[in-house]
Amino acid sequence: MATTTVQAPLPGTFYHRSAPDQPPFKAPGDAVAIGDTLGLIEVMKTFTPVAAEAAGRFVRFLVDDADAVMAGQPLYELET
Amino acid sequence: MGLRKILVANRGEIAVRIIRAARELGIRTVQAASAADGDMLAARMADEVVQIGPAPAARSYLNREALIGAALACGADAMHPGYGFLSEDPRFAEAVEQAGLVFIGPDAATIRRMGDKATARATAMAAGVPTVPGSAGRVADVAAALELADGIGFPLMIKASAGGGGRGIRVCADADALAQLFPVASAEALAAFGDGGLYLERFVARARHIEVQVLGDGADVIHLFERECSLQRRRQKILEEAPAPCLDAATRDRLCSAAVRLAQGIGYRGAGTLEFLYDEAEGAFYFIEMNTRIQVEHPVTEMVTGIDIVREMIRIAGGEKLQITQAEVTLHGHAVECRINAEDPMQDFRPAPGRITALAIPGGPGVRFDTMLYEGYDVPPFYDSLLGKLVTWDETRSGALARMRGALRELVVAGLPTTVALHRRLIDAPDVIAGRFHTGWLESWLATRPLDPVAEAMT
Repeated sequence: MATTTVQAPLPGTFYHRSAPDQPPFKAPGDAVAIGDTLGLIEVMKTFTPVAAEAAGRFVRFLVDDADAVMAGQPLYELET
Repeated sequence: MGLRKILVANRGEIAVRIIRAARELGIRTVQAASAADGDMLAARMADEVVQIGPAPAARSYLNREALIGAALACGADAMHPGYGFLSEDPRFAEAVEQAGLVFIGPDAATIRRMGDKATARATAMAAGVPTVPGSAGRVADVAAALELADGIGFPLMIKASAGGGGRGIRVCADADALAQLFPVASAEALAAFGDGGLYLERFVARARHIEVQVLGDGADVIHLFERECSLQRRRQKILEEAPAPCLDAATRDRLCSAAVRLAQGIGYRGAGTLEFLYDEAEGAFYFIEMNTRIQVEHPVTEMVTGIDIVREMIRIAGGEKLQITQAEVTLHGHAVECRINAEDPMQDFRPAPGRITALAIPGGPGVRFDTMLYEGYDVPPFYDSLLGKLVTWDETRSGALARMRGALRELVVAGLPTTVALHRRLIDAPDVIAGRFHTGWLESWLATRPLDPVAEAMT
């Protein structure tokens, strides 16, 4: 078991959920498969999904919901 | 009374525009800036800058309490909302007035009335202004929608009452699609706008989007003629012009008079725009919605009428009456505007924030570039992709297009992809030169991949 951090591919606003009234894409302990959506990054009103490139178990988000992120900033931890 | 100090509750090029107008009127400006915007051009130009929250708009430019608190703290007596953000939020207009500040725009009741698209339709009908055949107001449920659809005819559009700006629209080809999409559209509208209310409108194929600019002081309303805004992608305008080349004088007069009648009927105050669909084959126009704020494309109207719309709306908010009569508003020449966005037209218009490494702004007679760019500016990823509006004017439409062609050649915005490349091709398209297009034209043209290097070599 190793814990890795996954970084933002783009700068923008990071969202944990698809809409304010929806649950987060992942909760601590959830299984993550390759291609799963972990969050959304909004760049100039366009939303890009952040998809998992590795499988494992979701540990936690490292950025609050709807917070600004820079490209390369750690977004979440994954136990692989 | 006259205003003394305005808080600019917006950003980008429109904040720059507002600061310039205020400065000419001898009014001080305070620029509201998010944590990401401390270095923007408007913040450098304003007399004062106040930070109103973190980068995401939801916690800065959409934060009503923060903006009002900032205005009170710095001793401003008025709030200019610009476009987008809180410009058409009646709760904001109301809260601004309740705080003892002047909201530069119409009152909350007018924003509420015209902002609800179904109510706006009903208001137009009552003023004898033609509307697209559709429901009189909100439609209660699927059963009611199906019953009404018989009389409206297909294809038709389901629209969100609280929508606008091209959002919250579904086109239905037949009754099955309507039955299926109605509940989906309602849920989407509820999620997006906090209001699931829907109404129906017939889908007018190959229609033009033509809008009329009005100015009112609460008693009198005048029009500043119309703009042709049919060149759109995903319902976002790309290129606009004034006047609309497809209208003859008699139709133009009927259209603009209808807009004035509607705005006059609600005692409109400030700058506003009434949007119409124009069916060229029928010579018929239909009111679709009203925007109760300054619009992005206002400069083309300023160029052909010589009236500074932003200055007028500030004067009116300061309690002045309209200083221009309708008879004094005349059309002179033709103006075209190209929206320069930080989007890559070669990559499906993917937005592209980044640093401006070089900037060359075109000049010469009849050329105007409204922008917030400067060399070294970092375009942040958090907001709209609009970088600037390149506007040209000349005595004739072909002259204005020729000037635009030259201006687009001179314009250099380096460091990120922009829509300049698109406009250089678009301005040479035979249909654009001939003024032969409708709201679906641009997307069809883009589908022919006019920007591909191969296509370029072949033409």
